[in-house]
Amino acid sequence: MEAIHLWWIGEKDPGPRTLEHLRLHLGRALGAPVRIWEDEARPPDAYDERRKQWATSRILAWMGRVGPPGKVLAVTDQDLFIPILTFVFGEAQLDGRSAVVSTARLGEPGLPDPRVAMERLAKEGVHELGHCFGLVHCDSPACVMGRSPSARDVDRKRGEFCSKCRDRLKRAGGEAR
Amino acid sequence: MTGENTRVLVVDDEEIVRESLSGWLHEDGFQVFTAPEGRTAVEMMKADRWNVMLVDLKMPGMDGLQVLEEARKLQPEAAIIMMTAYATVDTAVTAMKLGAFDYLVKPFDPEELSLLMQKVVAQQSLVRENAVLRKALKKEHRFRDLVSKSAAMQKVFELAQVAARSNSTILVLGESGSGKEVLARTIHEESHRSGGPFVAMSCAALTETLLESELFGHEKGSFTGASARRKGKFEAAAGGTLFLDEIGDISPKLQLDLLRVLEERKFQRVGGNEPIDVDVRIIAATNKDLKKAVSDGSFREDLFYRLNVIPVTLPPLRERKEDIPLLVEHFLDRLEAEMKKRVKVSPEAMGALLAHDWPGNVRELRNVLERGAVVAQGDVVKPADLGLSPAPARAPGTNAPGEPSSLEDVEKRHISEVLGHTGGNVSQAARLLGIDRVTLYNKIKKFHLSRDGEDSDPSGA
Repeated sequence: MEAIHLWWIGEKDPGPRTLEHLRLHLGRALGAPVRIWEDEARPPDAYDERRKQWATSRILAWMGRVGPPGKVLAVTDQDLFIPILTFVFGEAQLDGRSAVVSTARLGEPGLPDPRVAMERLAKEGVHELGHCFGLVHCDSPACVMGRSPSARDVDRKRGEFCSKCRDRLKRAGGEAR
Repeated sequence: MTGENTRVLVVDDEEIVRESLSGWLHEDGFQVFTAPEGRTAVEMMKADRWNVMLVDLKMPGMDGLQVLEEARKLQPEAAIIMMTAYATVDTAVTAMKLGAFDYLVKPFDPEELSLLMQKVVAQQSLVRENAVLRKALKKEHRFRDLVSKSAAMQKVFELAQVAARSNSTILVLGESGSGKEVLARTIHEESHRSGGPFVAMSCAALTETLLESELFGHEKGSFTGASARRKGKFEAAAGGTLFLDEIGDISPKLQLDLLRVLEERKFQRVGGNEPIDVDVRIIAATNKDLKKAVSDGSFREDLFYRLNVIPVTLPPLRERKEDIPLLVEHFLDRLEAEMKKRVKVSPEAMGALLAHDWPGNVRELRNVLERGAVVAQGDVVKPADLGLSPAPARAPGTNAPGEPSSLEDVEKRHISEVLGHTGGNVSQAARLLGIDRVTLYNKIKKFHLSRDGEDSDPSGA
């Protein structure tokens, strides 16, 4: 399978452990090599002054223009939105190349264990990349492709695909090659 | 039902809303389509079925409430969710009153939208399941054109199904209008003779000679006016079923002729000598007590036993009132096809139908409903449209026959019935009762009645 790129597009330095943990988890869940893409560029027109949030559709379009080839997961510490929702944890181009995920709402203040936020980020990263492979939301509550509109829902699911989604992913990966 | 077979229509004039919402729902596996304005949405409703519609309240041209009203008419089972950027209680209340499933204030909380969509999918599953069950129930309560859920009629259905498979003569007993011919036709359609003709004939109201000629046919010149050879009903029904209604009314001579046909399976045309083979199944029917007729000597005992091979008794409608709502629905379906008009029966009118004694049975019910559908102003049949005379029958909860009622009870019951009959029209009820309106109002108050005759006192006093 073609390598997947992981790209930090946030403001603060995430530290080496966060991205490395994510890289290993993505590689294991998706069965593909995952490389970190180092680029200081940031989406220039995605910030919405009125909502004080970043528009995912603009980030994804910008990533397609300036990012690396193949599938890319961008990670940010900024709050994301789509126009119809108050916020999103992440967004992806269904059956496309780009996905973005945010840590802004995954580690609420006072979270006792910082590893919980890291687990959530890993699950949401796999989830958004799953969309890039054409997977839609899964009805199985434990599957990583399960709909997770709240952090509680993210905690409830596992970081891996259920057997049905794994089969679909295999078929999609074959096609992507 | 899952997201995959849930069809969602997003109606919003803002492209970005249509795109982001359809993208989000698409990820959930819904089949999502969009419309940029109300008029397009209405066209899409006319062309396709939708399970869920997310409709923006404020749009130029046709607004969300107008789209909602159209949707209630065109696709009453679709769940409509209104979307608004301005959370005003008034518009939300109006939308809910018009039948919206729910409303969301933009932008939506992801969890709220997710839960709402889960709720909609569950509701739509119930709608679908309900429709399947209703269809199954309707089928269960039907035996072709016969509709009933009463235990007595279910036994009739079972017996008729068994009888249909045989070639034996069937005797259908039942009051006038209880559906004897419908049952006979049903048995014919269920039998192996269904490919042959079904010939029905009433034996009453014809002279002996005419009836004889009708049944057996005649040769040319066999009697005055017989200018040509004519085949009778027995020949017309060859290979099929001959239904002889009002068999209890035939003369002793015809009783003998019929007995011979049944025994010998042969007959001759009037004025003819050539024996003709009979290949018909006979279903006879009567509303008379044939056993009594046998005992008083007016009906041949041997013919009675020949006819009474499989007796089937249809209960009168007053003994299976639980079938009235089912029959009402059945006849309204029929009337819709005939009159191109769908009418509903108001709860008060249904009450009047249930209270009536139905001396004319199912036929009377069908006629009353037909009259109601024609007379009704609009699409709801009210008690006054039915033209039923105030039921002489005992109302539920009133004294049993033979148990004396107080004058006050009788007065209350009578006023209630007359009000039910006039559909709550107090002036008309006062005229019928021969009292003035003020007196009637005082009595309504005194007896705790509502204007349509219902007992408004929860204690039932």
